[in-house]
Amino acid sequence: MTLGEGGLALAFGFLAFASIVGIAKAQDAPFAFHAYLAAAASLATVVAILNRYLARPVELPPAEIDGRPNYHMGPVKFAAVAAMFWGIAGFAVGLLVALQLAYPVLNLDLPWTTFGRLRPLHTSAVIFAFGGNVLIATSFYVVQKTCRVRLAGDLAPWFVVLGYNFFILIAGTGYLLGVTQSKEYAEPEWYADLWLTVVWVVYLLVFLVTIIKRKEPHIFVANWFYLAFIVTIAMLHLGNNPALPASVFGSKSYIAWAGVQDAMFQWWYGHNAVGFFLTAGFLGIMYYFVPKRAERPVYSYRLSIVHFWSLIFLYIWAGPHHLHYTALPDWAQTLGMTFSVMLWMPSWGGMINGLMTLSGAWDKLRTDPVLRMMVVSVAFYGMATFEGPLMSVKVVNSLSHYTDWTIGHVHSGALGWVGFVSFGALYCLVPWLWNRKEVYSLKLVNWHFWIATIGIVLYVSAMWVSGILQGLMWRAYTSLGFLEYSFIETVEAMHPFYVIRALGGALFLVGALIMAWNLWMTVRVGEAQETAPRLALQPAE
Amino acid sequence: MSVWTRHQLLETNSILLLIGILLVIAIGGIVEIAPLFYLKSTIEKVEGLRPYTPLELAGRSIYVREGCYTCHSQMIRTLRDEVERYGHYSLAAESMYDHPFQWGSKRTGPDLARVGGKYSDEWHVAHLIDPRAIVPQSIMPGYRFLAETELDYGTIAAHMTANRAVGVPYSDEQIASAVADLRAQANPDDPGVSDLLKRYPKTAARDFDGNPKSISEMDALVAYLQMLGTLVDFKLFDAKANLR
Repeated sequence: MTLGEGGLALAFGFLAFASIVGIAKAQDAPFAFHAYLAAAASLATVVAILNRYLARPVELPPAEIDGRPNYHMGPVKFAAVAAMFWGIAGFAVGLLVALQLAYPVLNLDLPWTTFGRLRPLHTSAVIFAFGGNVLIATSFYVVQKTCRVRLAGDLAPWFVVLGYNFFILIAGTGYLLGVTQSKEYAEPEWYADLWLTVVWVVYLLVFLVTIIKRKEPHIFVANWFYLAFIVTIAMLHLGNNPALPASVFGSKSYIAWAGVQDAMFQWWYGHNAVGFFLTAGFLGIMYYFVPKRAERPVYSYRLSIVHFWSLIFLYIWAGPHHLHYTALPDWAQTLGMTFSVMLWMPSWGGMINGLMTLSGAWDKLRTDPVLRMMVVSVAFYGMATFEGPLMSVKVVNSLSHYTDWTIGHVHSGALGWVGFVSFGALYCLVPWLWNRKEVYSLKLVNWHFWIATIGIVLYVSAMWVSGILQGLMWRAYTSLGFLEYSFIETVEAMHPFYVIRALGGALFLVGALIMAWNLWMTVRVGEAQETAPRLALQPAE
Repeated sequence: MSVWTRHQLLETNSILLLIGILLVIAIGGIVEIAPLFYLKSTIEKVEGLRPYTPLELAGRSIYVREGCYTCHSQMIRTLRDEVERYGHYSLAAESMYDHPFQWGSKRTGPDLARVGGKYSDEWHVAHLIDPRAIVPQSIMPGYRFLAETELDYGTIAAHMTANRAVGVPYSDEQIASAVADLRAQANPDDPGVSDLLKRYPKTAARDFDGNPKSISEMDALVAYLQMLGTLVDFKLFDAKANLR
């Protein structure tokens, strides 16, 4: 038995014991439920580790077979499947909350089905469950392939993948039961945060040690972005979440920060969850999968360097644009706005680097819907990163803030950029992982592309109109100098746009269902790849 | 040696790359966040603010639990229409005891920073139970279950202790009498009401949900809503005094 197996089995044995104590002493029902889940998962982990030990050959899997790296793709496969599952779950909850805003009777007035509890479920499911699993799957794939070495650690990659998904389970069930610390995109309570910290540190170690072991002299550009994403998310998570539980056997905690400082911490975190989770990580995907699929090198190596350092430096400053005209001091608001406007440049630098990678391969857009999906995602990235700086300007923000314009902006980035680049990556990754020549049906990919694109257009344009309309109605004055509309009149005016938005969301979900079927059939009946090895990706010159 | 060849140092050394990333991402946060803790102008000096009463604190936890912040802001911006619609713009001091803050980011419903005292308790209870019975065009969910659920306040003192540990100035006396104060605030005939008012000025002791038989989650939530934005007397507030 290796040290890792023994140590991990012991640690999980202890965790199981601690969870059982937690069940016995729990002060509230959700805490007891989570302690049950933790106890069951810990015991299952101990059994799984021991089973593997008894079943495996004496030697652990070798790092190389016949001089070629013996890649560790099990955790990558798991995360890819989990991403598809959570994606559909998250889109479905999104559709439900969209319909609740159009038809409030769908709230059902039960504690666990109201908008207030389902909205964090939607955001966490799409960002952290879908997006997070895509990032873990692709980063573990890309780092192995571009370093030409087996993933570091024996059980550690599995710990990252399974531990992360267990965090998702705790967070998601917690929201339904009313366990939340109400910090947007950081809603999970203290014990889920602690668990995520452990998982994330192991993620960083697996990724970093794999890079350290690499057989290539250079670290490929995609890995810079993945590394920045992992490190920065760790910093943001620790900065935004220090909390003191009222009882170690209860789910409720109080954040160390208060009021204006807490607001600043929150949006320093919140905006960089966008900047590093939803941007830097997915740029890593762009820098590997677009060149790979287009079979062209990255357009400009120097632009990658400028793009990388300027993006990660500027993004961190942008948070205060969420707090314009609030009680946050003006100097901080102005700094946030200034850096947000500057951020436009590196964002478009990245977009240009991604798009121009197609130089000499533009014809593939006609024949390859997977590549088209990724290219359109980069175009959406360009759109959203132009709109973002625009909305961060104080006068624009005075109109857009608190309205659906923000929701539309987020979704042009989330559905268009993050969604499409993830779909493109999964359409590439699944055939590669399961040794298939190509996805089951490119025709279905084409259907997915068009249905989802129409969905996004409906969604985003409905939110632009409703957001700007509501913002204008709030500030409209009559000729006598009175406010023209009561608040509820502005709510009523939103109804048709909420219906259109739900329709757009439904189309996006239908596209994802087509995709799941297509990937399932790829694994089930796809034509096997002949055994000739694919050429390794050339590093950018 | 050009900058591009120098950059190879980072591309070929993972630890240097990691350190470089850490340095670059640390700067913005430090510059924007650290001064908020020591610049005195960040939080105004204002009369009248006090920590939440035990019942209000319990109500605030329900507000957080139900995700009210996903649709309601508690931050009136310094814009003419907002000040006319909702009242005086929000001060940083007004949320200085909020762990975490509830400024929100979306107004699917109206701002609640100064909703306290705008409507009667009966209005709030009827509206929370069935919003469309009061406002036909409303798209808010109904919260009948709050009126039917007993408030679990056995551990309220521990919650106040945790708040004190993160900076809310609760006194020993306030924590020791937490349960008594909570009961007194939900029942105007309780003998502890005068003590409650001494410990927490500007507090209303009422049967908020109109049901004297029990202290429900509705009692706590309405008590919280009814105090929002009521602590600062803006007739006495001098904005210029805070210019430094």
